[in-house]
Amino acid sequence: MSWLTKTLSSSIGKKVLMAITGLFLCSFLIIHLVGNLQLFKDDGGYAFNTYTVFMTTNPLIKTVSYVLYFSILFHAFWGIYLEYQNKKARPVGYAVSNNQGSFASKNMAILGTIIFVYIAVHLSDFWYEYKWGHLPYVTYTEELATGEITSIESLPEGYTQEVKMLETFDEAAGTKSTTVKDLYLEAELAFSKPLLVIFYVLSMLVLGFHLVHGFQSGFQTLGLNHPKYNPVIKKIGVWIFAILIPFAFAVIPVYFLIK
Amino acid sequence: MDLTLKIWRQKNAEEKGGIVEYKVNEISDHMSFLEMMDVLNEQLINEGEEPVAFDHDCREGICGSCSLHINGEPHGPDAGTTTCQLHMRKFKDGDTIFIEPFRAKAFPVVKDLVIDRSAFDRIQHAGGYISVNTSGNTQDANAIPIPKVDADKAFDAATCIGCGACVAACKNASAMLFVSAKVSQFALLPQGKVEAEERALNMVKQMDEEGFGNCTNTGACEAECPKGISLENIARMNREYLSAAFSADPQ
Repeated sequence: MSWLTKTLSSSIGKKVLMAITGLFLCSFLIIHLVGNLQLFKDDGGYAFNTYTVFMTTNPLIKTVSYVLYFSILFHAFWGIYLEYQNKKARPVGYAVSNNQGSFASKNMAILGTIIFVYIAVHLSDFWYEYKWGHLPYVTYTEELATGEITSIESLPEGYTQEVKMLETFDEAAGTKSTTVKDLYLEAELAFSKPLLVIFYVLSMLVLGFHLVHGFQSGFQTLGLNHPKYNPVIKKIGVWIFAILIPFAFAVIPVYFLIK
Repeated sequence: MDLTLKIWRQKNAEEKGGIVEYKVNEISDHMSFLEMMDVLNEQLINEGEEPVAFDHDCREGICGSCSLHINGEPHGPDAGTTTCQLHMRKFKDGDTIFIEPFRAKAFPVVKDLVIDRSAFDRIQHAGGYISVNTSGNTQDANAIPIPKVDADKAFDAATCIGCGACVAACKNASAMLFVSAKVSQFALLPQGKVEAEERALNMVKQMDEEGFGNCTNTGACEAECPKGISLENIARMNREYLSAAFSADPQ
């Protein structure tokens, strides 16, 4: 074994891999939320649908997204493997146990498993539909002078699901037409189902619990524990990652349900 | 006070054990927990039964010999004390008390409540020391200036008595708090710097070989440690280990 594999397969190294992938997934949440906030824009989905095209075609973002898929799978399966190892370290349990750890810290594996199931459902709802499903197309016509946007559902001839975006300018009329896949409509349809909305909201609650421990635990594992910075790390972990971000995500399906 | 005790009995390492119920009566508030155990054993001997085996030595909270998982907590309900310093006034008349051995794959039960903690000794042997020449011209340790803050932190880490409560409390049976205290007490001092890299690498390697679980930062160890060893030490050990792994010459 090389020194690197030896280091990463030690108990500390294994946790470092969990911390690095976990904190990377935390950074992804910020980007994902900022993008999704465009769903609240009252423009028939113009901003969101063109943003989707950007996110699925930009080479840099596509590269990062492969790192992201890998991180999700690695963090999930490595976590389960570590949990299995940890269970093996105590083959005979206690008759009575009054463990002092927090609820979240003691249940990271089960919380993580629920989040993994959620990610699978979420990807099949949107990512899969966008890539391989059959989405309707929408054409936005923007009055360049006023910025006013009108939209019509359309499927122009010769379009296949491979076409992501088509832009045309009509100089005489002073308009710009943009035809894109209507993922916004997909969100509207998905979140008209109350059961799915409840599942999404509960999943975000679980995410909050996972992150209330996970965010600050990642720093501790990397050795970043210092009385000057600990309070800041704890506050960011609790208020931003465990409360604000899951709350904002949970608002999206509820907003569509009651819209 | 009169008590019902539910105690783990196990003949030896090979045989299966189980919880056995005993009654003890007229226990004084002023007794220590281990004195109460002594009363039980006197009673068992008088009845011609095998007394309950348990570890103990100094009975003043500094040797790390006593263990016992009492009502779900290592060293019982009192914070910052070992079992020998736990007093019966922490319990009420009529209480039922569960007494189990510390549980971990790396701490196999020898008999009843006695466990084999030699895994900790082997981790210590792997690097929990400094090498000092004793040729007659050894420098006085007090002649080396050490910042007060570092000396205090090193001393805090050095108060670890190696009892294994951290392992017993951890849901993963991880020994990280113990090993980190042993790494930290030297890492903070100039005398420990010489062997700092190999110490971190070798002690962690030995810890992993003993079959302890991985740390998930739940903090149960810190809460149950009779000496109040801080989680800060685990972060320090992680830093020591990672920087040694990336910068030390290959062995």
